[in-house]
Amino acid sequence: MATATDRSAVERWERENAAVPLRDQPPTTVSGVPVNALYSPESLNSFDPETDLGYPGQYPFARGIHASMYRSRLWTMRQFAGFGTPRQTNERFRFLLEKGQTGLSTAFDLPTLMGLDSDDPRSLGEVGRLGVAVDTLEDMHQLYEGIDLGQVSVSMTINAPAIIILAFYLANARNQEVDWSQLRGTIQNDILKEFHAQNEFVFPPEPSVRLVADVIEFCTEHVPLWNTVSISGYHIREAGSTAVQELAFTLADGFHYIDTCLARGLDIDAFAPRLSFFFNAHNDIFEEIAKYRAARILWAEVLRDKYHAQHEASWKLRFHAQTAGCSLQDRQPEVNLIRVAYQALAAVLGGCQSLHTNSMDETLALPSEHAVTLALRTQQVLAYETGVTNTVDPVGGSYFIEAMTRQMQQQGRQYFDRIEQQGGMIDAIERGFFRREIADAAFAYQREVDARRKLIVGINAFQESEESPIETLVIDETVEKNQVAALGRIKAQRDALAVGQALAKVRRVAGTSENLMPALLEAAQARCTVGELMNALADVFGRYDGAAKW
Amino acid sequence: MPTSAAPIRVVLAKVGLDGHDRGIKVVARALRDAGMHVIYAGLWQTPEAVVRTVADEDADWLGLSLLSGAHLTLVPRVLHLLHEAGLDDVGVLVGGIVPEGDVAKLQEMGVARVFGPGTPLPEIVDFLRGHRRASHA
Repeated sequence: MATATDRSAVERWERENAAVPLRDQPPTTVSGVPVNALYSPESLNSFDPETDLGYPGQYPFARGIHASMYRSRLWTMRQFAGFGTPRQTNERFRFLLEKGQTGLSTAFDLPTLMGLDSDDPRSLGEVGRLGVAVDTLEDMHQLYEGIDLGQVSVSMTINAPAIIILAFYLANARNQEVDWSQLRGTIQNDILKEFHAQNEFVFPPEPSVRLVADVIEFCTEHVPLWNTVSISGYHIREAGSTAVQELAFTLADGFHYIDTCLARGLDIDAFAPRLSFFFNAHNDIFEEIAKYRAARILWAEVLRDKYHAQHEASWKLRFHAQTAGCSLQDRQPEVNLIRVAYQALAAVLGGCQSLHTNSMDETLALPSEHAVTLALRTQQVLAYETGVTNTVDPVGGSYFIEAMTRQMQQQGRQYFDRIEQQGGMIDAIERGFFRREIADAAFAYQREVDARRKLIVGINAFQESEESPIETLVIDETVEKNQVAALGRIKAQRDALAVGQALAKVRRVAGTSENLMPALLEAAQARCTVGELMNALADVFGRYDGAAKW
Repeated sequence: MPTSAAPIRVVLAKVGLDGHDRGIKVVARALRDAGMHVIYAGLWQTPEAVVRTVADEDADWLGLSLLSGAHLTLVPRVLHLLHEAGLDDVGVLVGGIVPEGDVAKLQEMGVARVFGPGTPLPEIVDFLRGHRRASHA
């Protein structure tokens, strides 16, 4: 490859580089992957730019899923929000839209995420605290009141009760006379990563996946623009995984949903284009960029060559990114603004379709309006002032980026094989494979930090002896009381007979292979609660007791 | 009388509904590697269940992890139930996201120490080694 002159230049560089001692230990990425001193054409054996890199908007989509990327359309700036009662969250949504945000993203409180009503004893102290409480269709109505659901795209982060919450959303849209064909948005509806990482599962893995597939099937037919699953690596990474684990486990989850839908007889090209992804944007800029690129390439390859999808739309991996919550520190919290800005840069250089930037105060409390505004401004500076949007895929062709992208693909494929060796997705979950892999990585990372082989500003380096506190949001203690009272009023006013009939129907359908959505839509109109519907499903599916594996 | 050679016994539990168990699992491993006997009770533990585990395991320490903000509701209930069970001498630790102002409140209630995000593992190990439960010392 190299000419005689090249060779002598390489040798001279090698000599000069070796003569100077390293500043500290050989550098590794935030995931612990060794990084070479220099990347050159020799790092990319038999790399063919035409096929390995291709062009933006074309297979294998290394350079992005659209031909013109941010030159034509910026990413959607979508800040996750929710707290207190549906009315309070509705106010925050309107505030964010007024500040120039272009989509909504809904955070539910823990009882709702776990499928419990606000008046359940297990909900005590948690109602409206980390997100908004939704018990009935009334709450869904208040949550999006005054917002045109036919215009604004709405994301809802919920998993175990996802099909119930989506039933409420669709029922509300119908009551508002918004046609389902106009609805744009996303329901996270990704239960597999709950078993790997986030622990918000309720039913055992198999019936849980059936609910995911019911949503995919129903929306494919009736809500064509809806993103039916947001297949999420974010929480896997937050639980301590490496970048490669995040990439591989997430894609493997996606493949499992595809297998489930194909087994029902759905056509791959009918539903694959509405599967979307959600990745973390962590500290290591180049590792993250390589991760997004590798994800696109692997997805395209498997969809085309294994699942034989015919449409390009099925091959394209679209993703939302959120900056890494786990990278935020409670010491010198303003420094988090800087971390978030670099992480956002990585997501944009990696070609994200939408982005949430964390607020600097999120290790202390839910974000204040001031902190949320700064987080949104961070994206606006990136989009309008830095010039990174001027050309498509500015980092494409970098020896380092392309070498890392390749390495990530190879390591991702190795994980796909290991999951197969465990007997496939469900068996691997039951054996604790994912949890063990993630916990090992989390522990290894913490050891690196404790040994000061990884430095974190304000934590194990550059500490301040005195810190000035920043103002944080305080959740009003009356929220729980108000929400419980509102639920009590609805329960007193609704038609008890209709509720009983609707729940009986849900139980019956759960025991068959019919799609549950129609029965849940009726139950929503009858004002059945999230908790009642989850209990009805649990009567049939059972509950899953997450083993405490560590 | 068990001599100082008897391992320190620690029960760790997630109380409430939040599933963030990265921190508690990392701490569990570090304590185990430091020679302690660690029982991780798992997710979604009620205060009643936690106190039963502490009694059954004859624990020196109870570590509660919460990242949900429900600490001022759930921690006092655990402390109250420990008291009722005659287990006042079990040291209680809280880990997770606890706002500065609430740390003092928890300590006034009887929590020995609150460990926030970013606490080095050796600091937790050293703290537990330095404080044995009275009846076991």
